[in-house]
Amino acid sequence: MTLATAQEQSGKPRQREPGGGGRRPDFGTWFLVLPALLPILILSVGPLLYGIALAFTDSQSGRTAPTQWIGTLNFSDLLHDTLFWDSFRIGLLWAVGVTIPQFLLALGLALLLNQNLRFRWLARALAIVPWAMPEVVVGIMWRLVYNPDAGILNETLRNLGLGEGRDWLTGLATALPAVILVGIWAGMPQTTVALLAGLQNTPHELHEAAALDGAGAWRRFRAVTWPALKPIALSVTALNFIWNFNSFALVYVLTSGGPGGRTRLPMLFAYEEAFRYGQFGYAAAMGCVMVAVISVLLAVFLAGRLKGGDK
Amino acid sequence: MSLTSGPMRTSRPARAGQYLALLAYLVFLAFPFLWLISTAFKSPRELGDLHPTWIPKDPSLDNFRQAFDEQPLLEAAGNSLIAALAAALIAVVIATPMAFVMARHRSRLTTAATGWVVVSQAFPFVLVIIPLFLILKNLHLINSLPGLIMVYVVWSLPFALWMLVGYVRAVPRELEEAAAVDGASRLRTLVSVTAPLLMPGLVATALFAFITAWNEFFFALVLLKSPEKQTLPVVLTHFIGAEGAADLGPLAAAAFLATLPSLVIFAIIQKRITGGMLAGAVKS
Repeated sequence: MTLATAQEQSGKPRQREPGGGGRRPDFGTWFLVLPALLPILILSVGPLLYGIALAFTDSQSGRTAPTQWIGTLNFSDLLHDTLFWDSFRIGLLWAVGVTIPQFLLALGLALLLNQNLRFRWLARALAIVPWAMPEVVVGIMWRLVYNPDAGILNETLRNLGLGEGRDWLTGLATALPAVILVGIWAGMPQTTVALLAGLQNTPHELHEAAALDGAGAWRRFRAVTWPALKPIALSVTALNFIWNFNSFALVYVLTSGGPGGRTRLPMLFAYEEAFRYGQFGYAAAMGCVMVAVISVLLAVFLAGRLKGGDK
Repeated sequence: MSLTSGPMRTSRPARAGQYLALLAYLVFLAFPFLWLISTAFKSPRELGDLHPTWIPKDPSLDNFRQAFDEQPLLEAAGNSLIAALAAALIAVVIATPMAFVMARHRSRLTTAATGWVVVSQAFPFVLVIIPLFLILKNLHLINSLPGLIMVYVVWSLPFALWMLVGYVRAVPRELEEAAAVDGASRLRTLVSVTAPLLMPGLVATALFAFITAWNEFFFALVLLKSPEKQTLPVVLTHFIGAEGAADLGPLAAAAFLATLPSLVIFAIIQKRITGGMLAGAVKS
């Protein structure tokens, strides 16, 4: 993708920037760029390539024998690893279950915040709070909410006469929905802020014109707001999906993958494989599979959505 | 802001509905945090009660005292502070010149850098953490703050670059051209013309990088092993485990304290972050 754009740009007639700096970076440019570029190459691009290479080796932690290339053995093992695919399925459930409600709730909040309501400042400030919190604290906080005896959730249910409540995070049926709710809560601010930015960017005159023509709120949303918001909505959803799929700290704190692996996201699975059992090569292969599947899913999603917008 | 509902009248029931919805959002967003505060100030005896209440019956600071006794919180906060401060400063210092180049000069290099900024958002940590672990181990930087700081710097660079490129674009190019006409070198222009105008943006970016590092958990968990080197989020997880009612209080107290710095900083830069996103959206 990056390559294509680079070539496209180099094909254009040369536009000289004031003060030099055409297509080929000169010495001064390198001087400005290198302090950031070197760490990026050593600690970001390098490890990524290294990680892909590791997936084709039998690398293990604390082993004295030299690491060897084993071809695609890790991947064929992975193909038959039902535990991993269970975890992968849970990861997808989690990512979809968090991303979609999060988007809808955030859209609702953004629409409200875009209205001229009183207490909007308070809502704005509060909407940001989950963003500022360390994920570990978010997890701890919700553990307190879900706590079977001292938690507010069960107490509220008892007060409303809705039964005795339960142990949400250790119940086989409730654990995944319970962590998904936390995921939705934790990611709402970023989504809301991004959507709000998009909303404030929608053509206001069109809104007024549509209102004068007697279009109701829903019609105005469909005809004016949504088309303008769609690009932002798509990229936010795609990014959220990736972030959620790669999420770790929240669930690590809430359930550490339990009960019985019901909330063991692929990240937790790979983490345990690498740093508890020391299977570096195998865990790297998991990482590769995760990236590959997610990229394909996203490509399909985005292609479908963009096409749908053309009609 | 008030543009939105200019000539359009919202009917009274609709307005009421909107306020109701807003209230529901406020409750949903605020109640877990209020519960954390409530739990933190309850006495250990009250935490054993069968019917917990929102307002602590006799508020006490026992949990805070106990939290500091149980875990090396001060030491951990110190580690977090060093890591976050260093990472934020280094990230801004090395990202600013690069953002300057990315904003002002189009070349293959800057296209590749922009591509990296986008792709790195989608980076699976699991694929990077194992190689990082091995590389840092070879450099003898495992289980050390400097190693963690290096990782944090690189990890906060994409967002820092993204923010800074926006801020640089907002500085009128004519000023830089004038400096160039007067014979100032590129570095000189950056230091004495662009940087002062960028100052608010630099501060916001640094603060954001600080919060990111202060809150970070995964890298710290993997890279720091000895308890006296661990950062606050990692130490907080030591409170979790076989927790009886007695340990909920210190857990809540420590979690509450760990959040305060991020909350304060976020309150300061909140406008700037939302504002920056708005500015970027409008300009593109």
